[in-house]
Amino acid sequence: MKYVDEFRDAELGRVLAAEIVASVEPGRHYKVMEVCGGHTHTIYKYGVDDLLPENVELVHGPGCPVCVIPMGRVDDGIAIAKREEVILTCFGDMMRVPGGSGTFLEAKAEGADIRMVYSPLDALRIAKENPEREVVFFAVGFETTAPSTALTLKRAKQDEVGNFSVVSNHVTIVPPLRALLESPDLRLDGFIGPGHVSTVVGARPFEFIPADYGRPIVVSGFEPLDLLQSVHMVLRQLAEGRCEVENQYKRVVPYDGNPAALAVLAEVFELRPHFEWRGLGFISSSGLKLGPDYADFDAELRFGVPGVRVADPKACQCGEVLKGVIKPWECKVFGTACTPERPIGTCMVSSEGACAAYYNYGRFAREREVV
Amino acid sequence: MTSHEADQLALIERVRAKPLRFRDERITMAHGAGGKATLTLIEGLLAPVLGLRELDDAARVDGLALTTDSFVVKPIRFPGGSIGDLAVNGTVNDLAMAGARPLALTLSLVLEEGLPADELRAEIEAIAAAARTAGVEIVGGDTKVVERGRCDAMYVTTTGIGAVDERAQLSPASIRPGDRILVSGAIGEHGTAVMLARGEFELEAPVESDTRSLWPAVDALLDAAGPALRCLRDATRGGVASVLNELARASGTAMVVRERDIPVRPAVAGACEILGIDPMYVANEGVLVAFVAPDDADAALAALRSVVGCEDAVEVGEVKTEPPGLVLVETAFGGRRVMDLLVGDPLPRIC
Repeated sequence: MKYVDEFRDAELGRVLAAEIVASVEPGRHYKVMEVCGGHTHTIYKYGVDDLLPENVELVHGPGCPVCVIPMGRVDDGIAIAKREEVILTCFGDMMRVPGGSGTFLEAKAEGADIRMVYSPLDALRIAKENPEREVVFFAVGFETTAPSTALTLKRAKQDEVGNFSVVSNHVTIVPPLRALLESPDLRLDGFIGPGHVSTVVGARPFEFIPADYGRPIVVSGFEPLDLLQSVHMVLRQLAEGRCEVENQYKRVVPYDGNPAALAVLAEVFELRPHFEWRGLGFISSSGLKLGPDYADFDAELRFGVPGVRVADPKACQCGEVLKGVIKPWECKVFGTACTPERPIGTCMVSSEGACAAYYNYGRFAREREVV
Repeated sequence: MTSHEADQLALIERVRAKPLRFRDERITMAHGAGGKATLTLIEGLLAPVLGLRELDDAARVDGLALTTDSFVVKPIRFPGGSIGDLAVNGTVNDLAMAGARPLALTLSLVLEEGLPADELRAEIEAIAAAARTAGVEIVGGDTKVVERGRCDAMYVTTTGIGAVDERAQLSPASIRPGDRILVSGAIGEHGTAVMLARGEFELEAPVESDTRSLWPAVDALLDAAGPALRCLRDATRGGVASVLNELARASGTAMVVRERDIPVRPAVAGACEILGIDPMYVANEGVLVAFVAPDDADAALAALRSVVGCEDAVEVGEVKTEPPGLVLVETAFGGRRVMDLLVGDPLPRIC
């Protein structure tokens, strides 16, 4: 596949891996967090960590859009979906995320009309095709997916689609990173910055990480060579005593982001005073809700959701996993009570969740001989 | 890796080795996807209650093989085939995987009120043509009609009977460490063709279903390898990954697959890449996975390649002893990872 295979070249990977080995101080242990769940997925899927020296540890961060959805929000979605007149639409990853009273997949089996879509525009099309029904899009994601929700809302308003509305669970990337950096148990040497989010917001918003917290960050692409190169760039900053925002993903990410996408976000959404994150609790100014011009399309207002906060299951340590404080396998229920078949925590659901990635791809004692 | 991590992984493998229990309150779509949820339904409910001892593609009774399969594909026609082709080839292939020459099929139709007669006629003609090609007779059947909305155009069930070939000694229990793993052709074609034909992705690609009878391939393999041919599976629902996992579990062996050797055509690779789906989990209707003793693997591969539709057959990996029950992939990038069963359908990723 042109323009993809080039970034999966094993030979170049070995060259980069050798350079990484050469750039680390032998006695030092390096902890680098990849913020984005997409990176976590790539690392495990291609075995990128197999190519790193033992003293370079990749720590998985909070940037998985499905993982950060608190249980109460899933329950709100189910409450809306169970209304006779409603067709609830969502991305496939959401179907198995557990709320306090089950998952969308289970609610669907109980009779709720829940449909998987691949774009919010598909949800709008369903609304136009079913004028007698209320069609609700359960929106999740960081600034990566929020512009497509915003554009869909603009279209809905323009076309006067009165039976369409959105439950916005959109979140922003900077507040959880700041919360993470404020955390006293943080021991990270640097960050691999989220590439997809940065296509929208740019690399500039991450300047506070080196400026305020003294950690280097390299915005990275999603192919295995991108990740190896980004790890190398972080390590080189550390070796050279530099601390700055670097952009490895220049082929896609402009330093100042995508102004058109940012404009549509500003037009459609406004910041919530605070928003609950799974495992991380409430974070100020971290969630997006529909602004006053689009309040008519706000499903939370239209249907009056229960909005009950459901505490995470006691055994679940998703918060510690999302903060990189523990590795997935260190969670008490990992792989035993919490599995991809019967997830307790969200990190075990999405393919971008650290627990699911580790369970599905990394669950293998590497020293153990294959014979 | 710390010893704590190793202990934890060992604990997980013990949990996984336990018999599966069916504890779900309702059937969800995941139970039909051919992954872990399906396996749990079969091993946790159907097999113990019905007293099924061997879970194979076809049952063997006194030199005969017997199997049955239902087809509910949507849409009923797609590039490269239709529900009629699948209904014949799917059942013929289940017989073939048991080493049986397909002899005859019965056909059961559930038709939705309002189905245009032309569509029905086209499917019956497709069934007749596929049966002629596969060399089986349709010897009986049943027809039911249900109210509009009670089924989706048509559901087809075929039951097949075949004569077990005397050269065949096929069973998951015959798989031995050292056996080579062959795949008979490019993977992911059928599932990708159907996904694209549903029109939900606004993607177009020149991909056709690979639906075909695999008996000629099995015949050639038996000729070339005889008893060295250990086990066969057609990689339908759940794809090649699910077949390898089921057999690793059933035979208590490990399997190691080389990602770079897996045949995937560019159009399928591209469509799957865009959707974030791994072609290893995508359904095939004309691809088999064969396990062959090492000394006979080359001969088996050559024989397979001489069969129409299997020209791209390749050896993709090897059976190992440790770690039992696991399928590992050597990634083209030079790493190694687990390739597990999925819970349900492969889901496109968000971003």
